[in-house]
Amino acid sequence: MNRQQKEEYLREYAILKAQGKPFFPYAVAKDAIMAVIVMAVIITMSIVLGAELGPKADPTTTTYVPRPEWYFYFLFELLRIIKPDYLVPLATLGIPTICLILLFLLPFFDRGPERRPEKRPLATSFGIFVIAAMAYLTYLGASAGSPTEIELETPKAVRSQGGEVLAQFEAGRAVAAQSGCLACHKFGENGNDGPGPELTHIGERMYPESIRRTLINPTSPMPSFKDLPEDKFNDLVVFLSNLK
Amino acid sequence: MKLKLSAPIPAGLKPQPRRPGEKDPGAAGAAKEAGISAVDWLDERTSLSGAARWMMFRKVPKGTNWFYTLGSATMIAFLSQAVTGVFLAMYYRPSAAEAYESVRYITNEAFLGEFVRGMHKWGSTVMVILVFLHMGRTYFFGAYKYPRELNWVVGAVLLVLTMLMSFTGYLLPFDQKSYWATIVGVNINGTGPLVGPYLNDFLLAGPDFGATTLSRFYAIHMMLVPGLIAALIGAHLYLVAKLGTTAPPWLKAEKDPELRKESA
Ligand code: HEC
Ligand code: HEM
Repeated sequence: MNRQQKEEYLREYAILKAQGKPFFPYAVAKDAIMAVIVMAVIITMSIVLGAELGPKADPTTTTYVPRPEWYFYFLFELLRIIKPDYLVPLATLGIPTICLILLFLLPFFDRGPERRPEKRPLATSFGIFVIAAMAYLTYLGASAGSPTEIELETPKAVRSQGGEVLAQFEAGRAVAAQSGCLACHKFGENGNDGPGPELTHIGERMYPESIRRTLINPTSPMPSFKDLPEDKFNDLVVFLSNLK
Repeated sequence: MKLKLSAPIPAGLKPQPRRPGEKDPGAAGAAKEAGISAVDWLDERTSLSGAARWMMFRKVPKGTNWFYTLGSATMIAFLSQAVTGVFLAMYYRPSAAEAYESVRYITNEAFLGEFVRGMHKWGSTVMVILVFLHMGRTYFFGAYKYPRELNWVVGAVLLVLTMLMSFTGYLLPFDQKSYWATIVGVNINGTGPLVGPYLNDFLLAGPDFGATTLSRFYAIHMMLVPGLIAALIGAHLYLVAKLGTTAPPWLKAEKDPELRKESA
């Protein structure tokens, strides 16, 4: 807006304001009705939905799949969608940071005098796009299963051996996926990168025996898995030691 | 524009002299007198009535509709959070050893405990939704344009603070869900450009999730951020009152005959 447009706006606004009504009681009445609705909604939600309290926090069990409050799903989902390593920083804070900066600076780059949404196609469609994207990501987050699957190609060596080994490998994959390893380890592009090391090629680094020892007697914060049933434990070891 | 603190008092609130022949108003009248003189006493010493009138009897432009209530609705949700939060704070103990147990006590044993905790929990959801709706309203109405740019920026800070509230509050019950969600959240934060790791050090009170992390979250959640939010809401509303709320963007002023006469 240039100087003339600014003055024009102020003049126009002064007229509209002069023709308006006093804030009290007219706007206050609407606000009060709205306040009653808001409180009614909060109270109803509290009565109907209650306040659950899960099991006590336990840093050593990770079978729980961490989920943020629903309005952070869109951030979480961004993280899940963008998996390649070198893009992760972009997803986690790059994109949100850029969005935040744009949000703050909005009034300083969109300075045209036009205010009607239908006369500002760029701004309006961008706004609708952002809302749709956030709604979509939130929906994805809400409907996403917990990360209890490990999508990794079965190594050639295992496939060619077939039979017993292949069966154990697949069973071990399921055990690993369901035992919370993903909360701390990364398999390929699945799971969290840390606090534990990536396990995609763990078979190259460790012998089955030392893997066994690690699982039974790990360094904290990794929990011990010595209580797994014998066969599951063996499957798990086969799975890990064949990840090459 | 100069700050004008004297808005016109509506006729109904002006003191009316008793008409000749009118009956003595009796006790009710005396009570009214007492009220008025108490307000007078306060005003003589604070001059607050000018500010109150400036806030309450300013005009809102023609065409102001229900979308304009979203801001005050957000504020009501915030106030509700503040009040329920005070009651929760009476029972809550911010230490890793006791937090869970104190929340369990609130939920299962304290009088109306689950109700108040439920209001606080769901109130946060309502507040976040309302903030976004309010922001959407100001965005699509172009209300962030001249002369209200600064108010948009203040609003954007309020949005960030509101999200920070829900992030720090989520840990406090200290159940599995809140613990692991916070670990992940903090991990995500730590990968951030430049300030990420430092921010984490500050949040966690050290390099890792430790004994003082919970109390730090608690202090941030119930002292630091709410204080900032309250102060910024004040600034936000001051700007709203000073600049006036926008008229809906479709409205064109029909030239007031008075004004036309003047400019002719
Ligand atoms: C609480 C987080 C956590 C969970 C859950 C977890 N780990 Fe770990 N794990 C770690 C950490 C941390 C280390 C590194 C310890 C060290 O450096 O001594 C580790 C190390 C390992 C190692 C040794 C890797 C190496 O390169 O030395 C293996 C193998 C391993 N974990 C397998 C598993 C498996 C299989 C599961 C699931 C059944 C699992 N972990 C679950 C945290 C975890
Ligand atoms: C704690 C959160 C907030 C509270 C309590 C709040 C409160 C209010 C209130 C009461 C108004 C008066 C008009 C109306 O209700 O629409 C208002 C106006 C305004 N708010 Fe907010 N607000 C908050 C957050 C935000 C956010 C996140 C933004 C945008 C980034 C924002 C931008 C604005 C703007 C630009 C106006 C002027 C609108 C106009 O003049 O038409 N506010 N706010």
